[in-house]
Amino acid sequence: MTYFLGHQSDVWLAVGQHALISLVSLVIALAIAIPLGVLAARAPAAGAPVLGVLGAIYTIPSMALLGVLVLVEGLGFWTAVTALVAYAQMILVRNVAAGIAGVDRGVVEAARGLGMGAWQLFWRIERPLATAVFIAGVRVATVSIVGIASVAAWVGAGGLGTLIFAGIDQGNDAKAVTGAIAAMLLALAADALLRALERRTAVSR
Amino acid sequence: MTGEPAKSPALRFDAVVHSYGGRRGVDGVTLDVAAGSFCVLLGQSGCGKTTLLKTANRLLEPTSGHVFVEGVDVMSIPPVLLRRRIGYAIQAVGLFPHMRVRENIAVVPELLGWDRARIAARVDELLDLVHLPPAEYRDRFPRELSGGQQQRVGLARALAGDPAILLMDEPFGAVDAIERAHLQDELASLHLRLGKTVLFVTHDVEEALRLADTIAVMRDGRVEQSGSPLEILARPATPFVADLVGSHDALRLLAVVRVADALDGATSGSTSAPAGAAVRSDATLRDALSMMAQTGEASVAVERDGARVGVIGVDDMLAALRRITGDRGR
Repeated sequence: MTYFLGHQSDVWLAVGQHALISLVSLVIALAIAIPLGVLAARAPAAGAPVLGVLGAIYTIPSMALLGVLVLVEGLGFWTAVTALVAYAQMILVRNVAAGIAGVDRGVVEAARGLGMGAWQLFWRIERPLATAVFIAGVRVATVSIVGIASVAAWVGAGGLGTLIFAGIDQGNDAKAVTGAIAAMLLALAADALLRALERRTAVSR
Repeated sequence: MTGEPAKSPALRFDAVVHSYGGRRGVDGVTLDVAAGSFCVLLGQSGCGKTTLLKTANRLLEPTSGHVFVEGVDVMSIPPVLLRRRIGYAIQAVGLFPHMRVRENIAVVPELLGWDRARIAARVDELLDLVHLPPAEYRDRFPRELSGGQQQRVGLARALAGDPAILLMDEPFGAVDAIERAHLQDELASLHLRLGKTVLFVTHDVEEALRLADTIAVMRDGRVEQSGSPLEILARPATPFVADLVGSHDALRLLAVVRVADALDGATSGSTSAPAGAAVRSDATLRDALSMMAQTGEASVAVERDGARVGVIGVDDMLAALRRITGDRGR
C-alpha cells in the first residue's frame, strides 16, 4: 500500500500499458478468430487441423514463445501482442465454432426451409444464437491475455510485469506485490465486465 | 398459376431416388399430389418419408428422377426462391428462440420484401387464423408458449408468405394427445378454408386417417400403396399395409366412411329415429355410432344443410362395412 501511495504515477502508467497491450491483442485476436471459427463450424474437416495447430501453440510456454518471437520481431510492444494473439486463438476459435455448431439443428433446418440464404442464416440465426457461448470464450480469452501480458515486460513492452520483474530483481517485495495485485484486479475487472455482458446476451434470447 | 389446366398436379415426384452414403433412402418414388389435396406420407421411421418431403423444397436433391412444383422442375428454380414460395413446418423446435412470435412469423414476408405495414397486418391476420389473440401473443418469445401454441406459431409462420403448397414434417409430434387432436381439427378446417396443397409426413396412423384425402404408405424408400384413407384401410394392397394401418380394426374403418356413403347403399327400412339428435351426412360412421351411444337408440337421423335426408341404423352401418370390405382384393 505504501509503495502504491508513493509511486502512484508509475503504477497507473503500468496499468495503462497493461490494459492497452491486452486490448489491442484482444481486438486483433477477435478479428482473426471469428472468421476462423465460422470456417471451422462450416467445414469441420478443415476446422479440426486448424484447432489442432492452435491447441499446440497454446501448450508452448509463454517464455519460450516470446523467446522465439524476439528472434523474429525483436523487442517491443508488437512482439508481446503477437504472442498474446497467438495464445487467445485456441480459446476464441473453439468457442466461435462451438457456439455455431451448438445452434439447434431443427432451428437451422427451419431457417433454410423458409428460404434464408447462407448469409441470412448466419447473421439472423447462427450469430445471435451463438453469442452467449462466444462471449463466454471472449471472457476466458481476455482473462488469459491480461494474465499472460505480465510476461510482456520481459520483451520490453511495459505493463504491470515491469513492476513485478523489477521488484523481484531489486528485492523490493512491495513493488512486486503491487504489480501482481494490480494485474489480478485488472483481470477480475475484465472478467466481471464480460460476465455482465454474457448475462445480458443470455437473457435477451 | 391461374392459367394452368386443373389437371396439373401441385407436386409431382417422378421416379425420385435419393441415396446417401450408398443407402437409398428414397428408392424410386412416383407420386402426384393434386392441387388442393391433403396428402399424407405415412410410414415408420427410416422409411424415407421425410427424405422424400425434403426433395420438394430442395433441402435434399434427388440423386435421380425429378420433382415438379406446379409443373416446373425444382432443380431449375434457385433453392432460396423455391423455398420462399413453399410453406415449411416442422416440430416446434424449429421456432427461432431469440425472436418474438411476430418476428418468427415475419421471416418469409421479410425475405419476400414486403413493407412493414403489410407484414404487421399479415402477422395479426395469421395469429387470428391459428387462434392466438395477436395483442396477447405477438410480442412473446417461443419459450413463453406451450408446445401447442408453439406449433400454432410454426403453422402461422409456414403460411405467412401465402404459399400454395405446404410441407409439414411431423408437425404435431411434440405435443400432447389432447392438444394434437385440437391442432389436427384446426389444420383440417384451415385446409378446407384456404385450399392449400398439403404434403404431410407422419408415422401416426390415426393422424393420417383423420387428415388425409390421399395417403401414400411408404416402406424402405418406396410407396407401398397410395389411395384414399378408405381404400388403404378397406383394401390394403399388401400385408404390410394391412398391418400398419390395422385394417382388421373395424372401428378405424368406421372413422373413414361417411354417413352419406353408407346411406346410399342402405336397403333396410330404418325410418324412425329419435327427434332432436341428428348427424350431418358428411360426418363419419364413427360419429353416428357415438351419437347412438349417447341417445341409446339403434338409429339416428341424418341431415344435410339443416334438412333431414334420412335415417341411419346400426344394421345399415354393418351392411356398409360388409360391402366395403367384401371386395377386398386379397
